Amino acid sequence: MKIHEFQAKQILREAGVAVPRGFVADTPQAAVDAFVKLGGPLAVIKAQIHAGGRGKGTIQEIPAQRGVQLVRSREEAESVAANILGHTLVTIQTGPEGKVVHRVLVEEGCSIARELYLAAVIDRGLGGPVLIASQEGGMDIEHVAATMPDRILTEPFDVDTGVQPYQVRKLAARLGLPQAALRNAEQFVQAFSKLFLARDCSMLEINPLVLTSDNRLLALDAKMSFDDNALFRHPELTALRDLAEEEPSEIRAGEAGLSFVQLDGNIGCLVNGAGLAMSTMDLIKLHGGQPANFLDVGGGANVQQVTEAFRILVADPKVKAVLVNIFGGIMRCTTIAEALLEAHRSVNFKIPLVVRLEGTEVEEGRRILAESKLDIISAPGLTEAAKMVVAAIGK
Amino acid sequence: MSILVNKNTRVICQGITGKSGQFHTSHCKAYGTQMVGGVTPGRGGQDFDGIPIFDTVAEAVEKTGADATMIFVPPPFAADAIMEAADAGIRIVIAITEGIPVRDMVRAAEVVRRTGVRLVGPNCPGVITPEECKIGIMPGYIHKKGSVGVMSRSGTLTYEAVWQLTNLGLGQSTCVGLGGDPIVGTSFVDLLEMFQNDPETEAILMMGEIGGSAEEEAAAFVSKHVTKPVAAFIAGRTAPPGKRMGHAGAIISGGKGTAGEKIAALEAAGIVVAESPADMGTAVQRAMRK
Repeated sequence: MKIHEFQAKQILREAGVAVPRGFVADTPQAAVDAFVKLGGPLAVIKAQIHAGGRGKGTIQEIPAQRGVQLVRSREEAESVAANILGHTLVTIQTGPEGKVVHRVLVEEGCSIARELYLAAVIDRGLGGPVLIASQEGGMDIEHVAATMPDRILTEPFDVDTGVQPYQVRKLAARLGLPQAALRNAEQFVQAFSKLFLARDCSMLEINPLVLTSDNRLLALDAKMSFDDNALFRHPELTALRDLAEEEPSEIRAGEAGLSFVQLDGNIGCLVNGAGLAMSTMDLIKLHGGQPANFLDVGGGANVQQVTEAFRILVADPKVKAVLVNIFGGIMRCTTIAEALLEAHRSVNFKIPLVVRLEGTEVEEGRRILAESKLDIISAPGLTEAAKMVVAAIGK
Repeated sequence: MSILVNKNTRVICQGITGKSGQFHTSHCKAYGTQMVGGVTPGRGGQDFDGIPIFDTVAEAVEKTGADATMIFVPPPFAADAIMEAADAGIRIVIAITEGIPVRDMVRAAEVVRRTGVRLVGPNCPGVITPEECKIGIMPGYIHKKGSVGVMSRSGTLTYEAVWQLTNLGLGQSTCVGLGGDPIVGTSFVDLLEMFQNDPETEAILMMGEIGGSAEEEAAAFVSKHVTKPVAAFIAGRTAPPGKRMGHAGAIISGGKGTAGEKIAALEAAGIVVAESPADMGTAVQRAMRK
């Protein structure tokens, strides 16, 4: 689960990780009030959407307006907020359709001596949490990793106690931080690592991390995402979820216990198991088709799940045909065939449906489909299924 | 021979009183697995289908001589169950549970390393040595005894591959599901080493997927240490970057861990890579003829 920058900064502030002073505004007037409250000669107005690349992103309706802008007066605060709020921001991460901005964050400016990068993730290779730091603040870290791998510093830390002070001193030396910043850096990075652990983050990224001219570290931006499997012990985080930032079909699938990802093609897929679902998408593409989605109904699908899955697929006007690929293991093919028939009837299916069944009681399952008199194309094998569904679209 | 489990393996089920635990304990027993006990705290002294239940793994090991455990404990308590099994001196822990918090697994993985226990999973279908011992949720009948070692990060895709092998007349020595989580106990490299050293295994099939670098590490190990024929398939060629495809592991970020990179690394190591998931079985045949 992802959250907004202003929510992440509130969590950082509560954990003792320094962030700039700021206020959230959902109207131009509230942005003006925030500017006045901050009391400075300038402030930064930042559009709040989950996607990154906001500073370079543009407002669809007003192409001259970026998603992040400095303002120097009440009037400017008001006009910039009016340009952004309620409008669509398009960044490299939102796709061409963009995201409507409902809130802006109005923050005080600060005097920047240097811009750095700091993140924490769980590293699969090391099997534990690790800090990632770089002198190249403000740049996309993947780009730094690809072009200047020696500029990336990593430091594994303990899953219970977090980063130790000596580890911060080691990193500070390699980042070239001044001695006068050391005490503050120890406190900042330790609090950062403890927060990462305490809230079960899957990623916590501060980019840029700013060294101010008076030698303090400050989180100028913050991206925080959480381990979905640990949300059961963080009800306070679940409340921060913003459904407006998610695909409606993905929300609906989540509620039905389905794993669903919206894609751009026109062949809907319904598969059991994530690996087989990905492979089915690959197979469709291999035979010249375009998958419309990834949909995993789980190892053992039931009637309710299959029905809901069908509803989600046919609700997408782009979907011109559906391929069902089920390997019935413990779940028998006969049970699946009956679930498919029931779902087909209740959803009022009108586009071509190709079904490939394999596994336990497969002959019986295929017979049930054949005798149903419903318009279902039964495929004898995996390759045939993909060819049949691609051909069905071509007609 | 075979790897990890065989007809002499004595198995307990942690979480035996839950719905999944009961269902799969029955199926494993019916397959021929020696299910010698179960563990559910607070239910010690009862039995399930004639299988004695204990309060602790330590007691189950002492009373039954179990050397393997199959874990169906719910996610909030599953990491604790893994640590309990490691502490009780079990030889192999097979964790089926899906949805364990990563932070809990980091801690459990440390205990696993310290005790030297073999952990498979979590979030995996389990391990099967056909016609001898099935520990997990895979359908037993699709397997056939033989000499192909199978390893995979995914469940139903493994069934698909095994079914193709069986229909081609190629039996399996042992099939292992590694699990789809960011932190798992056993890697492709661990299994490659075991399969290479197992006299009954003549060829190896691995099913990888996008994300991480496990397949690249496997390729490097194969080119240095594996003399047996290896075939592979990588799922997720068409997955868009940055999206999570069911498994937490299946995320491509910043062009790293793409299917293209993995396939190139595998082919450079002399591994036969199936282009289509329909050709995983025949890829093993091609690798064996090479």
